[in-house]
Amino acid sequence: MGPSGQDQTSSAAPAPSVLRRVLDSDLTHSFLRSKVTVAAATGTLLFVLAAILAPMIAPHDPFDLAGLSIMDARIPPVWMEYGEPRFLLGTDDQGRDLLSGILYGLRISLIVGICSVFAAAAIGISLGLVAGYAGGKIDALIMRIADVQLTFPAILIALLIDGAVRGIFGNLDREIFSFWILICSLALSFWVQYARTVRSSTLVEKNKEYVQAARVIGIPSVIIMIRHILPNVLGPVFVIATINLALAIVTEATLSFLGVGMPSTQPSLGTLISIGNDFLYSGEWWIAIFPGVALAVLVLNVNLLGDWLRDALNPKLR
Amino acid sequence: MLGFALRRFVQAVIVMLAVALIAFSMFRFVGDPVNQMVGMETSIEAREALRERLGLNDPLPLQFTRFVTNAAQFDFGTSYQFRQPVADLFAKRIPATLELSFTSALFALLAGIPMGIYAGLNRESWLSKLFLSVSLIGISLPTFFIGILLIFLFSVTLQWLPSFGRGDVVEIGSWWTTGFLTVSGLKALILPSITLGLYQMTLIMRLIRAEMLEVIRTDYIKFARARGLSNRAIYLRHALKNTLIPVITITGLQLGSIIAFATITETVFQWPGMGLLFLQAVQNVDIPVMAAYLILTAFLFVSINFIVDILYFLIDPRLRVKQA
Repeated sequence: MGPSGQDQTSSAAPAPSVLRRVLDSDLTHSFLRSKVTVAAATGTLLFVLAAILAPMIAPHDPFDLAGLSIMDARIPPVWMEYGEPRFLLGTDDQGRDLLSGILYGLRISLIVGICSVFAAAAIGISLGLVAGYAGGKIDALIMRIADVQLTFPAILIALLIDGAVRGIFGNLDREIFSFWILICSLALSFWVQYARTVRSSTLVEKNKEYVQAARVIGIPSVIIMIRHILPNVLGPVFVIATINLALAIVTEATLSFLGVGMPSTQPSLGTLISIGNDFLYSGEWWIAIFPGVALAVLVLNVNLLGDWLRDALNPKLR
Repeated sequence: MLGFALRRFVQAVIVMLAVALIAFSMFRFVGDPVNQMVGMETSIEAREALRERLGLNDPLPLQFTRFVTNAAQFDFGTSYQFRQPVADLFAKRIPATLELSFTSALFALLAGIPMGIYAGLNRESWLSKLFLSVSLIGISLPTFFIGILLIFLFSVTLQWLPSFGRGDVVEIGSWWTTGFLTVSGLKALILPSITLGLYQMTLIMRLIRAEMLEVIRTDYIKFARARGLSNRAIYLRHALKNTLIPVITITGLQLGSIIAFATITETVFQWPGMGLLFLQAVQNVDIPVMAAYLILTAFLFVSINFIVDILYFLIDPRLRVKQA
């Protein structure tokens, strides 16, 4: 939208409502123009809804041990021979309904993914702000750590942190702590990108007049960073967060698949695939393939959404 | 040139020292090394003697120096779970990982470059669009799930290819084993290398496509066309050369990721390489193996980065002009 377009709207309606402004924004237009993006957003929304509503829409409760029967183990999907209408997508080796397992697993995968993205963003934004604003030795130290970490892929760092944490705290109760260990290792593996982006925008912002004015009237640095600089450097962070959400979900699934993520009593999609992998050779393919397809479709949707957001917010491409 | 190389070298050494410090702190502070090495019935005196012998009572800087000196000589102590020298464990498994990584990198380049050139030159053809959609799906599928799908299709359903292990290997020299020389070894390589290389392949394809699109719009390509050169000569001799600069950088850097992601692929295919060893170490909190893996991969990464930087400098004359 050019400057003239902005004038027209503001002269016609002096104080347009928030809804109106959102509907008229460039972002909404570019969103509605791309069919793929609308589909991806709908898909993502459906996944999130399915995850939130899992306890209500799941046909069985996979955590209700009393409801499990070994007689129901390894039943194929309903359209195959020996399939049963009770279990749409079949059951796993313990007789758990696969569809319900996937819905609950989706919930865990999404919660871990979103929490770790928030944690990584929090670490990265604070370190980036401090590095950019303070400069000097603090900046050099933080950025060197970031450089060293960037030479390694995140999955390796997450594995190392996971191993080290379990070494430090001995054999913790996996059922309680796996979740937190996962989020810690994911957050510590993914903070670098946020820190670098925020630092470079902070370097630009801190020399602008509003920051200098704030400094002159004696506002403490911490308040300047949080109240004045932070809102102006958040834009790119949203893009990184969306793209990293897909990455975090994949990494969590990978760790769980490798046996160092969520335990089989609280399975995420990765854990379900890992369980199913043992039965692939004996012909029970559905135990691994269905959770895998759910994971892949979820990640594809989030990736598409992230790609669009990156292009839409990139002024160079307009 | 020399100054540039020297600066890069100093940076590389600093990174290695930092990694060594992390590995050392893991070894020294995550759990008690002595408790891990002795049995329950060992007396306190014997424990103290071992502690003294390992030098764990020395000042920390001295311990660190010794750790670095030992690591530089490929001595990483004894594995907690296997009770064998870590160096021997790795030596046995390095050939498997390197052969797998090499084959997947080769696959990624040989498939990715032609697909990228084609998609860049024939933007609107349905085949290019198919390549792009497949690459998007390839990026969204987690590595381990690609492996599972391939196993399901080619090993379980069609029974064409083996799903685990290296097949028959041939010993070359005292410690190198290769699967390149036997039929079963080559067959065993196919699925793991595709799994490992698929992501890199899509990356290279997209990169070459984007670069091609940019390069064919430049003046020197128009000039070459005006000179009446054939399309083939223009694309392959003039355009491709310039698209290769970023490809070398990315491929170089990706070589490191290939080795790291080998951990996942090796687990899926029970491939007896370093990655599988590392994963078992993480599951059993076998710190010396983890520390050694960290240092070894860091060394590989840093060397690759160093070589790529130097290559970049040699290939792109513009960088040299800026330095002068």
